[in-house]
Amino acid sequence: MKFTFSWLRDHLDTTATLDEITEALTDLGLEVEGVENPLEKLSGFTIGKVLEAEKHPDADKLKVCRVAIDDGETQIICGAHNARAGITVVVAKPGTYVPGIDTTIGVGKIRGIDSFGMMCSEREMELSDEHDGIIELPSGEVGQSFADWLAQNDPSKVDPVIDIAITPNRPDALGVRGVARDLAARGLGTLKPRDMDAVPGSFACPIGVSIDADTLDAAPVFYGRVIKGVKNGASPQWLQARLRAIGLRPISFLVDVTNFFTYDRNRPLHVFDADKVTGNLRVHRAAGGETMTGLDDKSYTFAPDMTLISDDAGVQSVAGVMGGLPTGVTADTTNVFIEAAYFDTVRTAYTGRALKINSDARYRFERGIDPAWTPHGLEHATRMILDVAGGEASEVVVAGTIPDTSRAYRLNPARVISLVGMDIPEAQQRETLTRLGFELNGDMAAVPSWRPDVLGEADLVEEVARIASLTRLQGKPLPRVQAGVPKPILSPLQKREQAGRRTTAALGYNECVTYSFIDRAAATLFGGGDDATMLANPISADLSHLRPSLLPGLLQAAARNQARGFPDQALFEIGATFSGGEPGEQRLQISGLLIGRTGPKDVHGASRSVDVFDAKADAEAVLAAMGAPAKVQILRGGEGWWHPGRHGRICLGPKKTLGVFGEVHPKVLKALDVKGPAVAFTIWPAEIPLPRNSVSTRPALALNDLQAVERDFAFVVDAAIEAQTLVNAAAGADKVMIAAVRVFDEFIGGALGEGKKSIALTVRLQPTEATLKEKDIEAISSRIVEKVQQATGGTLRG
Amino acid sequence: MTDLRDKYIQAIAAAADENVLEDLRVQAVGKKGEISLQMRELGRMTPEERQTAGPALNALKDEINSALAARKEALADAALDERLRAEWLDVTLPVRAQRTGSIHPISQVTEEVTAIFADMGFAVAEGPQVDTDWYNFDALNIPGHHPARAEMDTFYMHRAAEDDRPPHVLRTHTSPVQIRHMEQHGAPCRIIAPGRVYRADYDQTHTPMFNQVEGLAIDKDISMANLKWVLEEFFAAFFEVDGIKTRFRASHFPFTEPSAEVDIQCSWVDGQLKIGEGDGWLEVLGSGMVHPHVLRSAGVDPELWQGFAFGMGIDRIAMLKYGIPDLRAFFDSDLRWLRHYGFAALDVPTLHGGLSR
Repeated sequence: MKFTFSWLRDHLDTTATLDEITEALTDLGLEVEGVENPLEKLSGFTIGKVLEAEKHPDADKLKVCRVAIDDGETQIICGAHNARAGITVVVAKPGTYVPGIDTTIGVGKIRGIDSFGMMCSEREMELSDEHDGIIELPSGEVGQSFADWLAQNDPSKVDPVIDIAITPNRPDALGVRGVARDLAARGLGTLKPRDMDAVPGSFACPIGVSIDADTLDAAPVFYGRVIKGVKNGASPQWLQARLRAIGLRPISFLVDVTNFFTYDRNRPLHVFDADKVTGNLRVHRAAGGETMTGLDDKSYTFAPDMTLISDDAGVQSVAGVMGGLPTGVTADTTNVFIEAAYFDTVRTAYTGRALKINSDARYRFERGIDPAWTPHGLEHATRMILDVAGGEASEVVVAGTIPDTSRAYRLNPARVISLVGMDIPEAQQRETLTRLGFELNGDMAAVPSWRPDVLGEADLVEEVARIASLTRLQGKPLPRVQAGVPKPILSPLQKREQAGRRTTAALGYNECVTYSFIDRAAATLFGGGDDATMLANPISADLSHLRPSLLPGLLQAAARNQARGFPDQALFEIGATFSGGEPGEQRLQISGLLIGRTGPKDVHGASRSVDVFDAKADAEAVLAAMGAPAKVQILRGGEGWWHPGRHGRICLGPKKTLGVFGEVHPKVLKALDVKGPAVAFTIWPAEIPLPRNSVSTRPALALNDLQAVERDFAFVVDAAIEAQTLVNAAAGADKVMIAAVRVFDEFIGGALGEGKKSIALTVRLQPTEATLKEKDIEAISSRIVEKVQQATGGTLRG
Repeated sequence: MTDLRDKYIQAIAAAADENVLEDLRVQAVGKKGEISLQMRELGRMTPEERQTAGPALNALKDEINSALAARKEALADAALDERLRAEWLDVTLPVRAQRTGSIHPISQVTEEVTAIFADMGFAVAEGPQVDTDWYNFDALNIPGHHPARAEMDTFYMHRAAEDDRPPHVLRTHTSPVQIRHMEQHGAPCRIIAPGRVYRADYDQTHTPMFNQVEGLAIDKDISMANLKWVLEEFFAAFFEVDGIKTRFRASHFPFTEPSAEVDIQCSWVDGQLKIGEGDGWLEVLGSGMVHPHVLRSAGVDPELWQGFAFGMGIDRIAMLKYGIPDLRAFFDSDLRWLRHYGFAALDVPTLHGGLSR
């Protein structure tokens, strides 16, 4: 919402400076987004007088001028046709920035003769588009600042423009008067009375108005009158200047009047060319399918229940949104019908949204104008039209009644103080509300008709607080919930997430945050992409479905990094994945992705392709950091985006999967344009069981001084037998004595023959009561061999 | 005896390796060595002769043994020196590659924020990212026709044709967590709720997903002055700049009343944003006293309880604090960006150690 300083002063009697005003506006909640003060860019220009103007010896169109300025006489070469002795001019001396030509004036030589400055046109100073020669001032002293002269003689040209952001609750501040009222309430001046007497009509209005009974909720009241014999044309200069200053294009006087009151009083009006209206105007609900060409020259078709204004010939206006072209006012209009109506906020909003029309009228009606001022708006516009364009006003016609918005809320001064935390005396609270237009009756505050947003006691608190100034509010310490050292606040899962994140990063992975939505094809590769996880209005087809897994986002990120020339990557993410479109159908996941080699080629020959055991090692480390038990099972049967033979589910029993590691399926890599190898892990932190007790004491450390013994065994088994089967079998041979079983070698094929492999184990025996004797070791060893043979059908390798 | 001594001492000094030394030892002090043989002669001497020859022979034996040991050690040292000389390596060669991981600025800043608010007694609450329009809007005093709904550029979930419920939304703010938390735990409460939020907007300064942190404190007598203090304390602690100025100005949000926006003092110098200096203001946060409608929606009696709420952009304060220019890059996973703006795995922000290094 833009307005000028002088426009504000039409409503506000104030001695406050521009800075004081803008500071107060922001503090009041009318945030200043910009101030354009033309005086600032004119500060360098000074007034001079041309003493002599001779033709340039080497150029027909140039003149060599002697000009009197503040520091004596100077010489300026000028090409303007009107440069001549005796005129008072505006001079830019060397060093002055001239905005209209975006140049800082220097001392120059033009066709061999020195020039010490420039005499300016209005366009060169961005005062107007006027460029027919240089400015000739009717008055002004040599040496006077041009900005000062303008401020005295033509203030509208240097009127500062203030742009404020209006929050949706403050439709009243969409009119300059509402802004002035806030400032007056703050104490920056007094609100000027601007009331006027109604203009009596001298003849009956030839156009009648009516509102259908079923439309009264959407359009409760409609005022109108005809003014005949007006002379439409360009608006007076002051009106044009105001509209231009706030970025509106003057159209014709009658239209400009409606725009003026839209911004002056937040009172949209509409003008019809009365001669083009057929019969009477009727406000009604659309049946659906009606059409109209709007003032924007576009054709609109209406849906049922939109509010329309029609005459006998058809639809002529969309209520509160936009008028129609056929009955619109033109430069030739002599008889005009002025409409001042009140339309419902919600209905106007829906209609405007459906038709995709963003007009000043819609913007205001959907936020809420002052219904009580409807007839006043009509009278003010009538008066302005009669004063400027002449004519004769008819009597006013009315349909419906002004909606009753009267309501009052209790002002509880103690509650205000308690909520705001500021000692605002009761008298000040009442004074504030009174200045804002509330009427206080005992402790009840009646809400003014222009404040549709005030709907309860809390709103009174807000009014009092913002006028008192939140900038001035002194902070007060928030007492601790309990005295002393604060208690920890993270939940076990939150701690686990943090541990998982820090551990994965410590393992060398770079944390990514990728979008929660991905394209359907990528989602489908990972078991998603169905309609339940589809966005109704995605911002692009690339971001259409909630991610079923973190891996597609990481793989796509990896592909982008590969394209940037980074073949080796370790990426991870922690975040929610979505199994459906209902609240709560989300699950926390950690995924890590390794691509390419463990590092670049190196002199040590240590670089190698990443493999599934890298992913497994990292998954185990991250699980351990999050408190997962050390004893887990590795099962197969993971989802289809893993390499079918090269992945494992990390499980506690067949039904509880803590995570998965493996190679990513080559087809998935191809579809996502990733060059392999790529291995990954995924962990679901919430699946890890919580520790049973949370005491910090550890169990006592049981140290055993008896010598531990290690024995190696090699078994020949079928190639499909998994090493873990051997380990489990060996460990089961003596649950007390066997402390650990490690696989230390695997050998496949060769002399063993097709389909066979050898697995070598180291078994560590830890005696608890007496040192092991050879025969004890023999006994355990033969049990180990027996158990493994039973479990695998293999044999001890000779 | 002197000749004998000289002969062996010289020979030992000249011995080139351990084998020669061993031969000399056998020749001199071995069982049948020259000195051993001479010692056997002692028995035949007179007591007077024995008294001089005995100690002399013993001394000679000791001297030769010492010389042998010294020479042996010298030889070993020389051999070790020789080996070490041969083991020279070009230590300017690079090491085996080790990956260095990193923590994303959003995670780091979320932990910083959590550390500060935890000290003021705020727990961390979470909520679903897909939510009903009731939690996201109605409960927060944003009815269907409210202009704020249209302004929020909401993402809606697809709704099957036969399902006539209003479509769910991707939460446009973290505020629904207020409702869910109070529904479950009632009042009093103090929480922050960091997390992802979504709005259908993409340009230089907007991404369709970003991160917010919600704050909520409800008790019998919490006031806007407490809110202001909490936020001032927060910004001073978070930005780690002494005397940072904040501006608290009236604004409007449907879910708070009175409402305030908070700006922090900043300047732009050569395209670099600096916090806590200059005469510019940057909006970082919206806040206010929780609207009675919101409390009632969550089953909390506004006649008994009152308090404040705030919401701020995590990405935005991360950009401000760490001078990160472009929001869009947060979600692009460019390795160069992750390495440049990321944090070390063990850089856990704490209040006692300082939030940032």
